[in-house]
Amino acid sequence: MSTTSLREFAAQRRGYLPVLATTALFALTLEAGNYRYYGFLSGQVLANLFVDNAYLLVIAVGMTFVILTGGIDLSVGAVGALTTMLCANLVERQGWPPLLVIPLVLAVGAVLGAGMGYAIHHFEVQPFIATLAGMFFARGLCYLISTDSIPISDHLFTTLAQSHLTLPGGVFVSWSVVIAVLVVAAAFVVLHYTRFGRAVYAVGGNPQSALLMGVPVGRTVIRAYTVSGLCSALGGVLFTLYTLSGYSLHLVGTELDAIAAVVIGGTLLTGGSGYILGTVLGVLVLGVIQTIITFEGTLSSWWTKIAVGTLLFVFVLLQRIMTARRQHAPRHQRARRSA
Amino acid sequence: MRKVLGHRLFWPVALLAALLVTNVIYSPDFLSIRVRDGHLYGSLIDIMRLGSPLLLVALGMTLVIATGGIDLSVGALVAISGAVACLNISHLTNQKDSGAVVLAVLLALAVCVALGIWNGLLVAGAGMQPIIATLVLMVAGRGVAQMITGGQIITVNSQPYHLIGGGYELGLPLSVLIAAAVLVLTGLTVRRSALGLLLESVGGNREASRLVGIRAGALTVTVYAFCALCAAGAGLMISSNVASADGNNAGLWIELDAILAVVIGGTSLSGGRFHLGGTAIGALVIQTLSTTVYTIGVPPETTLMFKALVVTAVCLLQSPAFRAKVLPGRARRRAAAVQAKPRKKEATAP
Repeated sequence: MSTTSLREFAAQRRGYLPVLATTALFALTLEAGNYRYYGFLSGQVLANLFVDNAYLLVIAVGMTFVILTGGIDLSVGAVGALTTMLCANLVERQGWPPLLVIPLVLAVGAVLGAGMGYAIHHFEVQPFIATLAGMFFARGLCYLISTDSIPISDHLFTTLAQSHLTLPGGVFVSWSVVIAVLVVAAAFVVLHYTRFGRAVYAVGGNPQSALLMGVPVGRTVIRAYTVSGLCSALGGVLFTLYTLSGYSLHLVGTELDAIAAVVIGGTLLTGGSGYILGTVLGVLVLGVIQTIITFEGTLSSWWTKIAVGTLLFVFVLLQRIMTARRQHAPRHQRARRSA
Repeated sequence: MRKVLGHRLFWPVALLAALLVTNVIYSPDFLSIRVRDGHLYGSLIDIMRLGSPLLLVALGMTLVIATGGIDLSVGALVAISGAVACLNISHLTNQKDSGAVVLAVLLALAVCVALGIWNGLLVAGAGMQPIIATLVLMVAGRGVAQMITGGQIITVNSQPYHLIGGGYELGLPLSVLIAAAVLVLTGLTVRRSALGLLLESVGGNREASRLVGIRAGALTVTVYAFCALCAAGAGLMISSNVASADGNNAGLWIELDAILAVVIGGTSLSGGRFHLGGTAIGALVIQTLSTTVYTIGVPPETTLMFKALVVTAVCLLQSPAFRAKVLPGRARRRAAAVQAKPRKKEATAP
């Protein structure tokens, strides 16, 4: 492809570029793993990317909504942990039926999210601070319930956790993967085919213009945080299935993984631009890195952190270069965004 | 009376006083300070000693926030600084050698300052959002710290190094004196020269400051480097106090506590104005809060809950929108007056 046509392509499809870059990166990491280890590209290894990261996928989907509105949600890990704790405590220690507990914990997550969204919109508390308080609050609640890990032996939970779904080709996936894929599909439909989805993009692009055009900014912001809270809770339920336990230290640092996945997936941190499928790719890239490090056979988990940090850096820089080009003309806008 | 109530430090000081009174109610000899071996001992001294790393980090954070930024990487820097210092000291044949220990400490400080300059360059040079630019180092930095310590906890047995976090001078813990000295020096530097004003100007409007001839970029890099230096100092105090470096847990969540201290102290998170004195009180409030939780016999794990309640309360009280909607009468009129003034950045905050 000559440079001219590449440039034209880039100009027409600029919004897809980050996603394309992520796709290329995903293919590259897979190829690197395949080059280094025999059997890396087997179907089960790929399926396990989803099995091991189903909870992160769901949480990152919620985070995508919030980041698209130009906000950030630091409470996702803590809300997920609170969910595991509530599930384990109510089912194991209080003897509540799981079919009652699961809707209840989802509601708790949604209400917490809505509360943060309310404070952010109506009291003009910065998203960073409001969700930070939410994070402290949810973790604190975990500790109030119990400081110990609570194992789960409930029949429904263990059945759900241990039963598999066989895909063509003899590949096994857990039911969590099915739930995660459904959540991704639902988020895709909501973001691209509903009024709420369009409002999310509009608010993130420019809240003032959105308001002037009649988009209900407040309602959209509150709903986006509610979605994030709900997804965190659902992610927490999936994590409960994954570990079959509730513990207040579960999911520490997940908010950063989720933010990293969203950013690597090409969603602009300033809001208004990004795709759910990009987020899926972002989660998969993180998953492949983790898998490669596992295949390497060492327990040096710090390489994951360094790799994630480096990727985050590269992608944010990429975004920065692209948005700087897009806004070449109005200089004051650039200044405002970098402030 | 109105002057006292309206002072910006009134609510933080009131909060601190309320916490102290709570402590005295639960343990009557809380305020007593004893002299033992020429050193001062007591709960108040403990609060200051345990709070000094947080105060240091919060000081650097205040200046970064004044320029409209934020530094999430301080926790990772705390871990890196302790790891670098302890690694070098543990390699010494004679760990009592003061000269070699000083070299190790200087190396740790230098590494962190270099990382701070990196943060500053990302923010000022590449124009990244500060929260993201420093998020990179927050994620990768803790990995680096773990790599330095090899995933283990490095213990050292060095008397000179132990002085930083556990030593006494003039009857007071050395860490308190260091933190106080940095506080006073920083305060003098920024308030007795135009520097503080320039920082606030950059925080108010970076582009406008640059156009009137303020070197906004250089100032930003300097501020991030200073913040990293402060974090490195805190890291030395923490690791020296326990005579070991833990890449995984040293300074965990201190960035959040530091931001909290800055916010309680009345510094606006959107930049443009800052109060170092407020930050100092904010840091003391947070440390006292932790101590109070222990004193009144609540399980210490619930400290996070209390912090959440404090952050929420402080943020809501600082929010003009909240005051206008909820508080009655005079407060509402005053809040309305504040809101009527043109407020910057409202446009971008969703």
